[in-house]
Amino acid sequence: MSTTTTTTAGGVKVVKPTVGSYLNDYWGRVRGGDLGSLPAILGLVVLSLIFGVARDTFFSSLNFANLFNQGAQVVFIAMGLIFVLLLGEIDLSAGFASGVCGAVVAILLTNHGWDWYTAIPVALITGLVIGFVLGFLVAKIGIPSFVVTLAAFLGFQGLLLVLLGGGTNISTRDEFFNSLNNDNLSVTWSWILAIVAVLGYAAVQFNQVRSRAKRGLVTDPLGIVLLRIGGLAVLVLVATALLTQERAINPAINSLKGVPIVVPIIAFFLVLWTFVLGRTSYGRHVYAVGGNTEAARRAGIPVDRIRISVFVIASFMAAIGGIMAVSRASSVDPNTGGSNILLYSVGAAVIGGTSLFGGKGKVINAVIGGAVIAVIDNGMGLLGFSAGQKYIFTGVILLIAASVDALARRRAAATGNR
Amino acid sequence: MAATPLLELNGIDKSFGPVQVLHDVGLSVYPGEVTALVGDNGAGKSTLVKCISGIYTIDSGTVTYDGNQVAIHSPRDASALGIEVVYQDLALCDNLDIVQNMFLGREKKRGIVLDEPTMEQMAGDTLASLSVRTVKSLRQLVASLSGGQRQTVAIAKAVLWNSKVVILDEPTAALGVAQTAQVLELVRRLADNGLGVVLISHNMNDVFAVSDRIAALYLGRMAAQVKTTDVTHSQVVELITGGRSGNLGLPPEKPADFGGDVVDITPGGDK
Repeated sequence: MSTTTTTTAGGVKVVKPTVGSYLNDYWGRVRGGDLGSLPAILGLVVLSLIFGVARDTFFSSLNFANLFNQGAQVVFIAMGLIFVLLLGEIDLSAGFASGVCGAVVAILLTNHGWDWYTAIPVALITGLVIGFVLGFLVAKIGIPSFVVTLAAFLGFQGLLLVLLGGGTNISTRDEFFNSLNNDNLSVTWSWILAIVAVLGYAAVQFNQVRSRAKRGLVTDPLGIVLLRIGGLAVLVLVATALLTQERAINPAINSLKGVPIVVPIIAFFLVLWTFVLGRTSYGRHVYAVGGNTEAARRAGIPVDRIRISVFVIASFMAAIGGIMAVSRASSVDPNTGGSNILLYSVGAAVIGGTSLFGGKGKVINAVIGGAVIAVIDNGMGLLGFSAGQKYIFTGVILLIAASVDALARRRAAATGNR
Repeated sequence: MAATPLLELNGIDKSFGPVQVLHDVGLSVYPGEVTALVGDNGAGKSTLVKCISGIYTIDSGTVTYDGNQVAIHSPRDASALGIEVVYQDLALCDNLDIVQNMFLGREKKRGIVLDEPTMEQMAGDTLASLSVRTVKSLRQLVASLSGGQRQTVAIAKAVLWNSKVVILDEPTAALGVAQTAQVLELVRRLADNGLGVVLISHNMNDVFAVSDRIAALYLGRMAAQVKTTDVTHSQVVELITGGRSGNLGLPPEKPADFGGDVVDITPGGDK
């Protein structure tokens, strides 16, 4: 105990944390097996340094921007999968569900001449329906999610082929639609959004401290709060500065600068789902069902409805991932959302620190884990490794992440700190 | 003590198919008192508790709560009346902290946002009213708590809602000596705060340490409800194992048990 100050929170004596004791507590939790995203962040730094040293183009702003566009689909799908994983379930069909939704949007845009603002909602609704059916089969019929989604994995792969008429490629020509995961914000908007993001985060943090202090509750030490805000500010502003530089090989023909449009979309869903999981009773109930289903049931939580809802969210996010993938390629083919996309998405969630055993995970895990995967994919590509070697390496990283999860869990059980 | 019972059961019958588990059971719970519910395995303690808490519906009989006859059809009905049960397995989520567990399923909200400061304050007040001083932080994960602390959180969760009757299912079964003492002290304090407490226990020492009354179930019948001060340790054990002790308890099934010179009152017995 590096501190002796005590204060009362509603009457119970508790230790008032200082910066030192806060960091100590954090370190204690890490040692006790509550690792969170720490291994993924360390891995991200190490991998980036290795790739950066080996190929200086890795750190170029062109490549940096590419990382977001390449990783977007995996990150969106992984965000949805976090909800499913929180209940200890799995959705193996998310990859091809995103492909089906992508095909729906492409067919409506190209073959039927719909506008993006009608085609995209239909694709999103397709995602919601898929999720509802999967969730219903798991929660109400009682089929293990592994089996349901494995069947759906095959089924959607077939559906995608049928939709595309046996394997043709449908390209999209809608300008707005194709810009979603290809174009950039203007430099002005990039800075405005970056500053709004930092100020918004700071406001939320300070507001939290203020409302707790007003009730006489223990607050996080000011130093830690400032450290968090400062950390985010540095990260966001440096990234924005990098991305607003000219990165076209030949700027005279086609100027390339600004934050990719997909970044604020990722940020929006990150904030949205973080809010839902952390600040609403729905999110609380998701964690409760994942932690102890029986306790949740006895507390009057509608367990079946929660179980259905997570599949709905997962498939909805898969639909967004599919839309982004189609936008990126400006076309859809029978392999959109196929091959490694699903495994990369599950990998992103697990590498980011979400537990496969349920009850533990945050939406930010999807972004951090997705970044690790994108960096591996991109960096190894730059170094000239073959696709086969990339798969092997990603597989090894996933195994390491899953081992860290399992070992941390064992350690947590031993220290009574699951 | 208090003249009128807070919760009174009369003539409760409960069958599962052809098996009748509870026969004409009566039980009175008084405010400010600990009523120990004892009985051997299979005597019907758990079934009785589940009938009170609304998990099972009763076949016949009456439940009177605070002077009014009530019907309890679901756990929600029981909670609405102010009856809370702390089950043996505690029903806590390890991955949530103390405050989150205490408010699980009944979160306080402002709009759609969880009102964390209010919840934390209420949780703190409740723990303080139970004189709990042993947690490091209200935001500690339940996983990191000791068995006794978990039991405390589960009990605090039950009394958070101004409940009037708290039923504790074997709260000390899995605890060490020091923690058992802690929890028993807490049980006593609940009653001293004016609640009606029902304590299910196998441990005679615990029963005699905290209870004001003892209700003994024997094979689905209420063998006796007595004041703890009126009986001895061995009498209670006899009630549990044989259904009666001296002139306490159920009528004998065979007249010979009374020594031969007593009139047989058992229906269907030899005349």
